[in-house]
Amino acid sequence: MSELRKGGCGIVDGVDDVQPGDVIARRLRELGFVSGEPVRVVAVAPLGGDPMLVQVGYTRFALRRTEADRVRLAAEAAA
Amino acid sequence: MTASTLRIALVGNPNCGKTALFNRLTGSHQKVANYAGVTVERKEGHFTTPSDRLVQVMDLPGTYSLQAVSPDEAITRDVCEGRSAGEMPPDLIVCVVDATNLRLHLRFVLEVRRLGRPMLVALNMIDAARRRGIRVDAARLAERLGVPVIETVAVRRDGVTALVTELDAFTPPNTAPAAAGAAPATPEALHAEVRSLLEDAVSMPRATAAVDDAIDRVVLHPVLGLVLLAVIMFLIFQAVFAWAAPLQDLLAGWVGAAGEWVGGFLDSMPMLQSLVLDGVFAGAGTVVEFLPQILLLFLFILALEESGYLPRAAFLLDRLMHAAGLTGRSFIPLLSSFACAIPGIMATRSIADPRDRLTTILVAPLMTCSARLPVYTLLIAAFIPRREVAGLFNLQGLVLFGLYFAGVASALLVARVIKWMRRDRSEHSLLMELPSYRVPHPLDVAIGLWDRAKIFLQRVGGIILALTVLLWFLSSFPAPPEGATQPAIDYSFAGRIGHWMTFIFAPIGFNWQICIALIPGLAAREVAVSSLATVYALSGGEEEAAIQLGQIIASQWSLATALSLLAWYVFAPQCLSTLAVIRRETNSWRYVWISAGYLFGLAYLASFLTYQITRALT
Repeated sequence: MSELRKGGCGIVDGVDDVQPGDVIARRLRELGFVSGEPVRVVAVAPLGGDPMLVQVGYTRFALRRTEADRVRLAAEAAA
Repeated sequence: MTASTLRIALVGNPNCGKTALFNRLTGSHQKVANYAGVTVERKEGHFTTPSDRLVQVMDLPGTYSLQAVSPDEAITRDVCEGRSAGEMPPDLIVCVVDATNLRLHLRFVLEVRRLGRPMLVALNMIDAARRRGIRVDAARLAERLGVPVIETVAVRRDGVTALVTELDAFTPPNTAPAAAGAAPATPEALHAEVRSLLEDAVSMPRATAAVDDAIDRVVLHPVLGLVLLAVIMFLIFQAVFAWAAPLQDLLAGWVGAAGEWVGGFLDSMPMLQSLVLDGVFAGAGTVVEFLPQILLLFLFILALEESGYLPRAAFLLDRLMHAAGLTGRSFIPLLSSFACAIPGIMATRSIADPRDRLTTILVAPLMTCSARLPVYTLLIAAFIPRREVAGLFNLQGLVLFGLYFAGVASALLVARVIKWMRRDRSEHSLLMELPSYRVPHPLDVAIGLWDRAKIFLQRVGGIILALTVLLWFLSSFPAPPEGATQPAIDYSFAGRIGHWMTFIFAPIGFNWQICIALIPGLAAREVAVSSLATVYALSGGEEEAAIQLGQIIASQWSLATALSLLAWYVFAPQCLSTLAVIRRETNSWRYVWISAGYLFGLAYLASFLTYQITRALT
């Protein structure tokens, strides 16, 4: 998901654990980043576009790129 | 129906209005604002229902999940799961949800439902949802969830009537929790259930409010957003200095007139007259004059908090703060520290990463708290000419802005050094929700200001008055010996202590009067101003006592001394309450010593450089 540009949309495929028992990945799933969920990049921060603002469900979350990296998008929708 | 006491706990996602509901139910004035993580500790209150049933209400920090990742979330988890030490689980869990954000909030409801404890759902902000065209079928939702769903509007007087009626009728079941210990559902399963609930009971015209999207296009714009942030911050400091001045002069006039009037009755008792005039009016009275400035600062902070702008600012600044070894999440605790470091340090509980939290705690005292404002104002007014710069800005406002900026810049620098010393390259998490914008409610802001004014005046009437009077005694006794040539205060306890201290502080340009003022300033920074006023009122002759402190120091101090004292106050760890709250929040004396030590070192170094350089140049 970190590769999406501002205004880009995608469908979540899943969230990958970076290490065993990844707390950030678990929290991302709890916040709604689960398979089949549409996401949209609403804005990116100044100075390099990190963090990014992502809309999932009815809520906007600010995520660092490293956090957004964990969210895997379904291939066909990522374009 | 039993009229037994009912214990309820308010739980839910961050920023869904639990504390507003708590205030509405119990008539309290707990702090509410528009960002995640306002409430970081449990608050308790109670009220009586129409049928005379006593309801004890517990307001808990918001959490996204019972799998807590930060200290404030752990409090909520422990209470919900009945793990809180020495305490029965609540009779009823009131799960509060924001009707405009059900996609996220219903998931938490499902998680709480799995605990199998008695619960009900408060469908809050239903008015805002209706305005956006969102329709929620509460009856259908209740049927699907198997728990009561009550519509509430916490910000309206009659918005909780239905909830109170429901609580009145509630009887706790005698059976033990049924489904406790059930295997945790996968996040996917819970989300699938939420989706099916939404399809069944909720119609939502669009995912976000159109107005939020429009505002965010400007506020979060990479260039415009940063410009806007700088303008807002700068405007605050200009306003605090320029707009408050007339009100301040007015108050100063009143305090002076009251002093003269009271002093007139005491002509026959010179000792008491000195205590009242030099101690109470010159000391504590001087501090009262800063009330308009402090209120103006809080007006801006409260309005920003209510509006939902603060998390946006945190988003814009995250990159910068991350580079410095902090996180965007540190922004709100650090901004609150401009009011006072104590709530600022407590607000760090919402920072999930323990390293980020500790760094934020250590640098929070560098944010210029409102108690330093009197010192800055006094010195700036006395030494910096009031003139226009570039036809737009007031030089005094610019210097004040510079002092605040020095605090912020050094905080970033110190955070960077801490990061470097830790050799920390691991990942830190941000994951922050940006709430919907809200128009600040004038009544809420007014109540917030009123509370601040009360706290400030209580400080003036309490600790500041007590210390000033104590200092008056120390400065008046023992009386000078026969045939003394110096002013009486030179022979007093305070005079002697001050003279000893100049051994340490002479290299940074502090005279003994300043040294004396530093000691009571430890208890509350504003006391430094009242102490100076008292010391100078006592050491001066008749004609000097009559003129204001600002004029006295303007004529007696060198510019180097004044700038050195300003530099000292940017850093000095002169607040015992802050050190005490660091001890409580970190649970360690080590960090207390570290912060006191590095702040003192920085203060001394900065003052030394300022004094020596200014002296060489002037």
